[in-house]
Amino acid sequence: MTDAGRHPRIKLHTMSEVVDVKGYVGNFDVRIVKRARYVDENECTACGECAKVCPVVRPNPFDIGLSSRKAIYTPFPQAVPSAYVVNIDECLGHNLSVCNKCVEACEKRCINFDMSDEEFTERVGTIIVATGLEVYDPTELDEYGYTRFENVLTSLEFERLVNAGGPSKGELIRPTDRMHPKSVGFIQCVGSRSARKGSEYCSNICCMNTVKSTLILKEHYPEMDVKVFYIDIRAFGKGFEDLYKRSRRSGVHYLRGLPGNIEELPDKSLRVAVENMITGKLEFYDLDMLVLAVGLKPAKSTQRLQEMLGLQLTPDGFFLEAHPKLQPVDAATRGIFYAGCAESPKDIKDSVTQASAAAARSIRLMHKGEISSEPIISEVIAERCRSCGKCAEVCPYNAITVDVKKKTPAVINAAACAGCGNCAAECPFGAITMNHFTDDQILTQIDAMLEEQSGEKILAFACNWCSYAGADYAGVSRLQYPANARLIRTMCSARVDDRFIWHGLMKGAPVILVSGCHIGDCHYINANHWTEKRIKKVRRTMETLGIRPERLQLEWISAAEGIRFAEVMHRMEKLRKSVTETEIAETIKILKNREKK
Amino acid sequence: METRILTKTIADDPQQVRIGVYVCHCGLNIAQSVDCRGVAETASNLEGVVVSKDITYACSEPGQQEIKDDILEHGLDRIVVASCSPRLHEPTFRQMMQSAGLNPYLLEMANLREQCSWVHMNEPEAATKKAVDLVKMAVSRVRLLCPLFEETLPLTKRALIIGGGVAGIQAALDLADNGYEVILVEKEPSIGGVMAQLDKTFPTMDCSI
Repeated sequence: MTDAGRHPRIKLHTMSEVVDVKGYVGNFDVRIVKRARYVDENECTACGECAKVCPVVRPNPFDIGLSSRKAIYTPFPQAVPSAYVVNIDECLGHNLSVCNKCVEACEKRCINFDMSDEEFTERVGTIIVATGLEVYDPTELDEYGYTRFENVLTSLEFERLVNAGGPSKGELIRPTDRMHPKSVGFIQCVGSRSARKGSEYCSNICCMNTVKSTLILKEHYPEMDVKVFYIDIRAFGKGFEDLYKRSRRSGVHYLRGLPGNIEELPDKSLRVAVENMITGKLEFYDLDMLVLAVGLKPAKSTQRLQEMLGLQLTPDGFFLEAHPKLQPVDAATRGIFYAGCAESPKDIKDSVTQASAAAARSIRLMHKGEISSEPIISEVIAERCRSCGKCAEVCPYNAITVDVKKKTPAVINAAACAGCGNCAAECPFGAITMNHFTDDQILTQIDAMLEEQSGEKILAFACNWCSYAGADYAGVSRLQYPANARLIRTMCSARVDDRFIWHGLMKGAPVILVSGCHIGDCHYINANHWTEKRIKKVRRTMETLGIRPERLQLEWISAAEGIRFAEVMHRMEKLRKSVTETEIAETIKILKNREKK
Repeated sequence: METRILTKTIADDPQQVRIGVYVCHCGLNIAQSVDCRGVAETASNLEGVVVSKDITYACSEPGQQEIKDDILEHGLDRIVVASCSPRLHEPTFRQMMQSAGLNPYLLEMANLREQCSWVHMNEPEAATKKAVDLVKMAVSRVRLLCPLFEETLPLTKRALIIGGGVAGIQAALDLADNGYEVILVEKEPSIGGVMAQLDKTFPTMDCSI
């Protein structure tokens, strides 16, 4: 920690949050808001004189409220930067006539209530997201009585109690009588592996954390009765099984079965009712203290960052990597990497490993000092452009300029274009080519697919980042769906020109699916809003022409929604079966007549 | 900012393109439900296809070498690899194209694994029929592909790390020790994250800070 604090090449911004990110790989412009500390962090020596005189006493969140701190405080003794901080919401008032005690106590004059929040922009080439985790709050699990019974603690509270720097100086004491407990029980999988409350996934660290805690207890209090209530002990890492065996050897009683109910006895100890899965009997244990091995959840900031950076999340709410095995630290967006629990719950060793991997991946991208540009972008065919300005209107990146008055052809800024193809789909004159996904290149795929037995096939468009990846995920999960679906990949669903749909129907496609990222998750800011508009418009026209609009479906399928992809395919097949040969022939006739007109 | 006009190459006359098609078995991953040889045979009759083969592992070193040899021997100018998802191996095969002297964008992949053999495991006939279609679609598309060229742009040699817990700190130190400037952003008044709250940590049972 201190190494990071004093490294000449690390610029540390604490009390800061990223509020906006613009640009693209190689050159991101990141807007950061730094909240005022009210203490000069370079001058403060952390002598603590200010806190001594501060009259405001508040629970200390670092000790999860098991100790107190002042309104001016240091988060913990080894904090980096080693400077005090004022919680301005708790401070009696920076109105000097009200309190001012800390200002007077500070010899170095580091406290300054005139500081205000700062906002600044930093330009960077790569971004590593290491936003960590949130600890599960077990209050909702009423059967365990957390917050109702004082001697029921979370594993993090327990952690603070056995910490030499903690509120009890490392002495394990019961909150109710401050005596050493003679018996302690640990309950595993609290908020993890549960379909009912909390999360369905395994939080990865809780088994070994409990094993560790039992070893600490047995080391300090060999006579203590320690019990662990569990479903499975997952000791899968290097050296883990060894620790687990040591814990068992030291006399810790491992009992298979999670308690169904906990009752508080008059002396504030706890009666645990548990169905022992080995004996098959309901057993009762009276214990002085209970520790809930709480699971890990994604950090609160996850969703905001996901939207800001255009990233994807797994159904668990953690960040989704570009590939679960081969690119485990890369985001699907180039230049962004994950480290630590932001990507999934993991222990310190795995966090450190992943962090080093993310650093290496980021260096791999930056070391040349230059970056190759994406050639899959749009181009204007100047002689066809009528300067209507529609393309500029729909471009999510403001990469297109058109002078509508002077009637000069549209110009695309190649560096700003991200290649969604929305403009090419929107242009009424076919004056924009989307490289590598040109009209002809896509139309020929439709032709090839519908050449034979067209009535038996499902034509589906899928965007590269979400729906196509979702289809891949269905494959990886071996989810079976009807074999008549044929996917055409585009970078964004907004590339799907209405001409492709009309062409498909004309060639005899019974049903057509357009699929893309969920609204708000689009890889191209908000291009999929235009997909939605376009599909609505085509469906209205279909209705007017007397073609059943249901035959064109729009679905949002994320990269993690393999199950949803398979479901949609089953639904499409059901729909396809409802389309008769006569209906298809009728549609082709209608469209041919329309073409003649 | 400067704008860039790419030179547009109109695809050659379809009669003149020389396409190589490679249908990958991926061990048994694809071959268990798709008749790879049959698909390759069907594809050999498609317009513009000069070489069409099934291949055990297209991505393997010998697999890539075989394709490269064919490119030289038969003067192939476009390649269709029918194997796994392009999201996995498109970069691999683009590199292979490049090393064989072809423009990497004249490659098309047909997704026979994630989107065919793995999702139609119990219907070998239907899966093979679909594989034929996917390869046909890929061949028709590859005929019309144009070479594209990447340009290089300047890059800022600095990294932003969001979050100053154990992962953020480690990444920051690794980057900084390698000579890169790092901006480390932490929302709390101190770095350290949850790690700082822990006492002893497994598996070494020593202090976390």
